[in-house]
Order: sequence, then structure tokens, then C-alpha cells
Amino acid sequence: MLPPFGPSMCASVLLRFGTPEQQRRFLPGIRSGDVFWVQGYSEPGAGSDLAALKTRAVRESTPSGDVYRVTGQKIWTTLGHYGDWIFCLVRTDATAEKRQEGISFLLIDMATPGITVRPLILMDGGHEVNEIFFDDVRVPAENLVFEENKGWTVAKYLLGHERMGSGSVGASRRELAALKALAARELKNGRPLLQDPRFRDRLSRVEIELDALELTSMRFLDKMRRTGQPPGADVSMLKIRGTEVQQAITELMMQAAGPMAAPFRAVGAGAVDAFTSRLAPRYFNYRKASIYAGSNEIQRNIIAKMTLGL
Amino acid sequence: MNFELSDEQQQLADSLRKVLAGDYGFEKRQAIVHSASGLGDGTWATFADLGLTALALPEADGGFGGGAMDLMAPMEACGEALVVEPLLDTIALGGRLVARTGSAAQRAALLPGLVDGTRRLAFASYEPGRRYALDPQATTAHPVSDGEGDGWLLDGAKCAVIGAPQAHALVVSARTEAGASLFVVDAAAPGVALNPSRTMDGQRSADIRFSGVRLGGEALLGTAGGAQPAIEEAVDFACALLCADMLGAMQYAHEATLEYTKTRKQFSTPIASFQVLQHRMVEMLICCEQARSMVILAAAKVDAAGDTEADARERSRAVSAAMVKVADAARLVSQESVQLHGGMGMTEELKISHTFRRLTMACQRFGDADHHLERYAALG
Repeated sequence: MLPPFGPSMCASVLLRFGTPEQQRRFLPGIRSGDVFWVQGYSEPGAGSDLAALKTRAVRESTPSGDVYRVTGQKIWTTLGHYGDWIFCLVRTDATAEKRQEGISFLLIDMATPGITVRPLILMDGGHEVNEIFFDDVRVPAENLVFEENKGWTVAKYLLGHERMGSGSVGASRRELAALKALAARELKNGRPLLQDPRFRDRLSRVEIELDALELTSMRFLDKMRRTGQPPGADVSMLKIRGTEVQQAITELMMQAAGPMAAPFRAVGAGAVDAFTSRLAPRYFNYRKASIYAGSNEIQRNIIAKMTLGL
Repeated sequence: MNFELSDEQQQLADSLRKVLAGDYGFEKRQAIVHSASGLGDGTWATFADLGLTALALPEADGGFGGGAMDLMAPMEACGEALVVEPLLDTIALGGRLVARTGSAAQRAALLPGLVDGTRRLAFASYEPGRRYALDPQATTAHPVSDGEGDGWLLDGAKCAVIGAPQAHALVVSARTEAGASLFVVDAAAPGVALNPSRTMDGQRSADIRFSGVRLGGEALLGTAGGAQPAIEEAVDFACALLCADMLGAMQYAHEATLEYTKTRKQFSTPIASFQVLQHRMVEMLICCEQARSMVILAAAKVDAAGDTEADARERSRAVSAAMVKVADAARLVSQESVQLHGGMGMTEELKISHTFRRLTMACQRFGDADHHLERYAALG
């Protein structure tokens, strides 16, 4: 899978809000894949309540031009240990009346002195996310995207793109095909599990939900194409349903594997099936999906407010 | 696949909505439900004037040659207004079967009346104790040759025939020696006994007994024994349209609930301010949107399917997928809409309880979610 941070997130933002100079500087590296971007949004005290973020960026004039001095901590930085660059939400005005009005969108070179990456190992045993510490990191002011203190506008625009993609229809199609193949191999009372009515019903309901999700995604994309508008609050429902489908598939996968699901990450361990031993970790790992990119509860809040007017 | 209505489709839906807003308000609808005929004064003629009854008929028969995609928005409007006239039975079942299997003479005898709104049809298919089976077993037709010439003797029983009491003619599925066959039967013919009733959602229905009904040779639609594919097709077509109807009813239930919770105050605040209710209304919205996607898919597949077996499988699979999704959504949306209306949602005074009844009825009209889930899996 192509990580979305560069191509679909950072590039979308630069195309919309970047200066021509920023576009010239950063877009080629994203297109070629030479520069790996990661996302600096969440903080220990700012998860669902993202606007509570505290990482400070203080602007300062120096002989070689203005810099932001950044101090603070980001968390849940996916693939942060591979990051060449990170786009960050930072607080540039701690006194703003509305918290959202004191936030800026900053591009930071991960090689800058003062940045420390610490791994967080999740319950699947994998190293995927990280904590990133910023200790007086000096960032050239030209790396500010859009206006100072207007970062929330950029952040929301990016989140729309993130949610549009977090439905992960294509990946779920692939996983569903793998699930069907597995359930066709596994025998229950001498017959393929795939033909077991109880299992089959659960599988069919997920498959139909995915059919519907695919069309709903296409309908929203079609609407974007026709109106020229960025993704609206409605795409939150793609995130909700998409992650529900992903999680349901991981659960059915593990169920289909039965006792073969017990060996944990036993890759290359002789007789142990490398495929089925990855299913439990995958199930564990994908509990993240209803939490990240704005938990599914936050998505419901967004739809309630923006779409239903509540 | 087109996700947006064409200008023509939009105009028709708008015209219909306008008419229904005037002639089919809740009070008027209740009067129609409780009238002797179950038909609004002039409602059927209006449907014909708008072209609804002709829309899906072939141009050669005086129709507009349209399909499920064209009828999607009008059916949605009918679902929203809880229309009880037997539109689905006439245009999607009876009319479809006659248009697709009838000879030129049979089509000329029956279809002009559909186009001009002077005739209604119903499809007698279900048989007692056989649930949603579409292959006739308990109703049989035997060839006879007597003084009146060659013909058929029809015997047996049909149940829950929606629209039968209001139909000018019945299309009846019956088993002949060669297999499933279709016959056009005059509901007033000797030997036909209708036991009419009102459905849970205010439509008219009848159980029908056929006792030695003498049919002429011209009553047979298509070839004896060759009717099963046409029956499956017509029911798929009707099922896709019913899904659109259900979508309209769900959409209403969702919007009415939203409106109600914004005005209803408890603990000195509108109950819509409670997050627990907000999230449930968001879930209703998502169900409606996912259902809409499947309605579009089902309609498109019904319209695109040719006569091959592979096409029929793809069509039926999409229709079953749609019904699973729509029926699951309908159950959630209808139950939540009553729950969030509180006690008022239980009363006959609010349209919401009638919407609940319609969705409940529709959820198992052509087979419930389990039925379609099984069919979906079997066709996969």
C-alpha cells in the first residue's frame, strides 16, 4: 500500500494552500517517492480534541532569516521512524480566543537537530507508530504553509482527504478475496467453511456493506467532481463504515483460520502457516482503524453538527 | 453508472412530489386507506397523466421504454408519501409480465388500459405455506378441449395478492405439465373467489381460490412451462423498485425524527442536543446513504441485464444485495424513528407510525433479509 501522507495528504494541501515556491520545492519529491512524509497531528493531550494541541512554535528573526523554534511532542506518528519530512500542526498563538485560531501548519525536516523518535510497540507486536519529541527545533519560516494561525483551515482540508481514503475499499476487496479463499480451504464437518450458513451469512453481510460503501464512495467522488468542492462532512461516514468493514473482515479471517490462528507472527517457522499466523496480529492491529483519523465517535459528532445541523 | 438523475427524471420526480404534496397529504392519505376502494379520487388518473403507468412499457405498446433507473425517483416519492395504490403491482409485476411474455394481441388487449390509467393489474404468485417461492405448485392449469374450443382449467390457491381487489385482471402463475406458466384471469370470472383484506400498511390484498376456472386458449401468456425466467425477472424489477420506495420512506422517517428531536424539549433543552441521540441519528443517515447506493446498483443491474443466464444471475444477485442492505437499514431506521419520537411515535396520529408499518411490510414483501442473504450467497 502506498502510504497516503505524501501523495494524498501533503500534496493535496500544497496544491491548495502552498506557495508556488513550496510547490516547486516539495511536490517533485512526493511524486517520485524520494521523500517520505509523515503526519504530526496528535499529541498526548490532543487526540480526539485535536485543537488542544500544545507543541509551541515561536517566531524569531535571525541574520539568516526568520525561524520558528518548535518545542513539544507528537504521538501516534505512523511510520515516523522512516520520515524524511513531517508536516506538523503547531501552536503559534497561545492567547487566541478560540483555540483553533492559534494553530499553524509547518513543514519540518526530520534531520533537523532536536528531533527524537521513540517507537511505540502496539499489541500486534509491530513497530508502526512513534512518539516524536521536538526540543527547540529551528524551522525556517518559509516552511509555513498558508498563513500563520490559519493552520486549522489547512488541517481540516487535509482531514477531508484523509477520511475519503480511509474507507480503504480497495484493500478491503483484496482482504475479502483472501478471506473467501481461506474459508473455501478450511473444512467444517467435511464441507468448506464457505458453505456453512452461519459463516456465509456473516460474510455476505460484510460483502454487501462493502458493495454499498464502494458505490457511496463513488457517489461522493462524483459529487466532488461535479461541484468542484473539497470532501464535505459526509465523507466521515466513509471513514466509519470503511473501518467497520475492515475490522469485520479481520475478525472473520481469524475465525476462518480457527486453531491455525493461534501461532503468533510465526513467519518462516517450519510447519507453521505464515499466512494464518498473521491473522491475529492483523485483527489486533486493525482495532486502530476506528480510533485513528478522528475516532468513529468524533466522525459521528462531525456528521451530527455539519450534515444534520445538530 | 449514473449517480445523478437526468433532467427528465428529475422533472418527473418533482412533478409527482408536487402532486403528492397537494393530493396525498397525511389526512388525505388516511381517508384513502379507510375508503371502500383504497384508491384516491383521481389519484390513479394522475399517475397515468404523469406517465408513471406507461414509463416502463415498450414504446411499441404505447409506453416510454424506460427502466428501473427512470422509476427510481418516482417510487422514492411514493414511498415518502406512503402511497397505497397498487402501482408496483400494476407496472412492475402485471404490466412487466404482459409486456415481456404476451403476444401482440394480448399486449394490445391489456396494455393500452395501463397507459391511459383505465386498468390495473395484480400478480397472483405466492401460495399458502410456501413463503416466497416463485415457482407455482399449488395452482395448476390443465388443458381442456370442449364446446368452447381449446383452453385451460385453473385450480388452486394464491395468497397475499397485493392489489388484487383493485385489479381489472390478474396475472396468475400456475403449474402446467410443462412447468411454470402464466395466465391472464378476469377476477370476476366464475370460479374465482377473492377473500380481500387490508395489509398492515393500508394496501389492499386478497387470498384467491380458483375452482375449475375455465380459461380460453388466449389466456396463456407466452409458452406453457416457459414462464419461470420472466417471473424471476419481473419480481427482481419489482424488488428493485420496492427498495426505492423503502428508501423514500426511510428518508422521511429520518428527516421527521431529526425535526422532532430539534423541537422536542426535555430537561429544558431540545433532545437533539444529547449526543447519544445524535449518534443514533447519524447511524440512520449512514444507513440511508448506503441504502441509496444499493438502490442505484440494483436498478442499474436490472436495466442492464439481457436474457442470458449469466445476466440473470448478476441481476438477481445485485437485487438481493440491495434488499439485504435496504431491509436491514429499514429495520434500523423505522425502529429508531419510533424510539426517538417517544410515545408520540407509537400513535396513529403521527405519520411516523404509518411509515413504520410500511417499512415493516416492505421488508418482507418479496422475501426478508435472510431470504435475500441466502439467495445472494447461492448466486455468488
